[in-house]
Amino acid sequence: MSTTIYVPLDSAARSVGADEVATAIAREAGRRGLNVNLMRNGSRGLFWLEPMVEVVIGSDRIAYGPVRGEDVAGLFDAGLLEGNAHSLRLGRTNEIPLLARQQRFTFSRCGIIDPLSLDAYVAHGGYEGLRRALALTPSAVVDEITASGLRGRGGAGFPTGLKWRTVLEAPADQKYIACNADEGDSGTYADRMIMEGDPFSLIEGMTIAGYATGATQGYIYIRSEYPSAFRSMARAVEIARAAGYLGALVAGTDLAFDIDVRLGAGAYICGEETSMLESLEGKKGLVRFRPPLPAIDGLFGKPTVVNNVLSLATAAPIMQHGAKAYAEAGTGRSRGTAVIQLAGNVRRGGLFEVPFGLTLREAIFDLGGGTATGRPLRAVQVGGSLGAYFPDELLDTPIDYEAMAAAGGMLGHGGIVVFDDTVDLAKQARFAMEFCAIESCGKCTPCRIGSQRGVEVIDRIIAGEQRDANLQLLDDLLEVMLDTSLCGLGGLTPYPVRSAVQHFPEDFDRAVPLKQEA
Amino acid sequence: MRDESVSVTDATQASTRDFAAWEPGRAETIATALAHLPGACLPILHELQDEFGYIHQDAIPIVAEALNLSRAEVVGVVSFYHDFRQAPPGEHVVRICRGEACQSMGGEALVEHLETSLATKLGDTTSDGAISLSAAYCLGNCALSPAMMVDDRLHGRVTPERATGLLATIA
Repeated sequence: MSTTIYVPLDSAARSVGADEVATAIAREAGRRGLNVNLMRNGSRGLFWLEPMVEVVIGSDRIAYGPVRGEDVAGLFDAGLLEGNAHSLRLGRTNEIPLLARQQRFTFSRCGIIDPLSLDAYVAHGGYEGLRRALALTPSAVVDEITASGLRGRGGAGFPTGLKWRTVLEAPADQKYIACNADEGDSGTYADRMIMEGDPFSLIEGMTIAGYATGATQGYIYIRSEYPSAFRSMARAVEIARAAGYLGALVAGTDLAFDIDVRLGAGAYICGEETSMLESLEGKKGLVRFRPPLPAIDGLFGKPTVVNNVLSLATAAPIMQHGAKAYAEAGTGRSRGTAVIQLAGNVRRGGLFEVPFGLTLREAIFDLGGGTATGRPLRAVQVGGSLGAYFPDELLDTPIDYEAMAAAGGMLGHGGIVVFDDTVDLAKQARFAMEFCAIESCGKCTPCRIGSQRGVEVIDRIIAGEQRDANLQLLDDLLEVMLDTSLCGLGGLTPYPVRSAVQHFPEDFDRAVPLKQEA
Repeated sequence: MRDESVSVTDATQASTRDFAAWEPGRAETIATALAHLPGACLPILHELQDEFGYIHQDAIPIVAEALNLSRAEVVGVVSFYHDFRQAPPGEHVVRICRGEACQSMGGEALVEHLETSLATKLGDTTSDGAISLSAAYCLGNCALSPAMMVDDRLHGRVTPERATGLLATIA
């Protein structure tokens, strides 16, 4: 009889040695003549425990972690295959407290199954959502998504059902589903985890979106910084197609839907939806004017649903369990689950899918355990590179779209980057401007030129040159960028900059004047 | 260290980096084979770069011809995207993450360490042609910062010492 052992193949788990652990387990089992069925799964998202090894004992999975290659022989000595005690033993995976308190909806399978096993996907509820959707009219599917309260997970939080309705009602000979997998914001990795850990859920969600809106072709635009996600997604599409889940007659019905997986080329701006459409069309990723909305005039001029990976992947369990099951979680107008990604200087960095409404403080301290360095927390950037920096006083803000906006920030894609007291917010503000300058598509002046001038003005403030006048100038510049930029890059770069100045003014007043001003 | 030994259901093996010498005929074959795709320009450029390691200047008219675009349009696309190289890369490409999460864990010190120890700058290649060093703005490993990528392989919690060790394995 063989014992099944799971070792994640998620690229973050591999980045700290999961492959070495898998190799060591295979070698050790061979040396001892033990029969081990070594499986690779996605990650559960508990990255401080990666590489996390799980042994299947009866109907349980027993976790050990973080395991290093050199721990493996000792684990076998202790009776790894029987799930025996060891200093790295974490107990039953399901009962690991920080996993047990999550409400996994979008990530229900991630880290549990072999990501590229369609059989495992179906055995864990996969394609039940599509089956249920196909029994309804397209309009009823859109109603179900609307009733769930699902909002765009890419950052903007636009109601997904409303977007699908617009595309459904737009008359056209061809419509598209364009999945935005250009997850460029620092602090976020949830899309990558789904694409590496449960790629069929995205395929199923896109197929549901295709049926609901009348689109027959889907594209997944994946950033080139995610080579593993690209390979696993492309392979999953081939497998789904070979099994009849994509193509002319999806799942034995007369529904036609197929997917093409495309690779980005290192442009942050291509995460902006119209820039992504331009890139998919084979052009420079220049942002488009809106209107027209992509839902009316999108990819190749056709009505197009542009949704983030998580929005689409969540459509499948919503159709499977019903809108009510999803909408019951959450708070106010933020229904369902928030996919929180703790990142940076945090002791327990990882992905936590929990109902909306937890406060930042609860997330960072209860889930994350505070800073990794053990030094006092000083700032938190929420919502990616264009998100605001929050000081300690604002950490009681609940994690939902409206509350974050009211606090002068945005939830974005759910990334929370923690900084300890060694951070210099003037440097971070300068970086935000520098980043905008590097990544600007160049189409509109406030972003293209404003960001350059922004770097220069902040440099002068840091140097102590006419500090007050330059702070005023910076404020004016931020106002212009905010109000007149064509898209979110120039329009949101003011968030990290302004919040840094507002909450951490002392960091902008550190210069020791070298010469007296005349 | 290579991970061929771990074939266990891992479909995400890294590609090799043995690039072919520039050959216009081969470039034409690639461009023509993919020209039917909607929005074929990026897929063709990626394929060319995978084949030759960079976008040779003589590839521009070939792509333009295949897609019925002007050369200026193709040059525009090549120069817009950070990924497309117009000169051959080093034997290995090392990308260091400069995202905020990595910054919060000493990512900028890692950049300095690598620039100093390799005696090169971000965006440049070492004088022996072994390593091209470049910046990435988020490698998606933000819970295990700081991160860097050696060719297609991601590494997390990279201290300067660990970075030196990793580079020694590819030297």
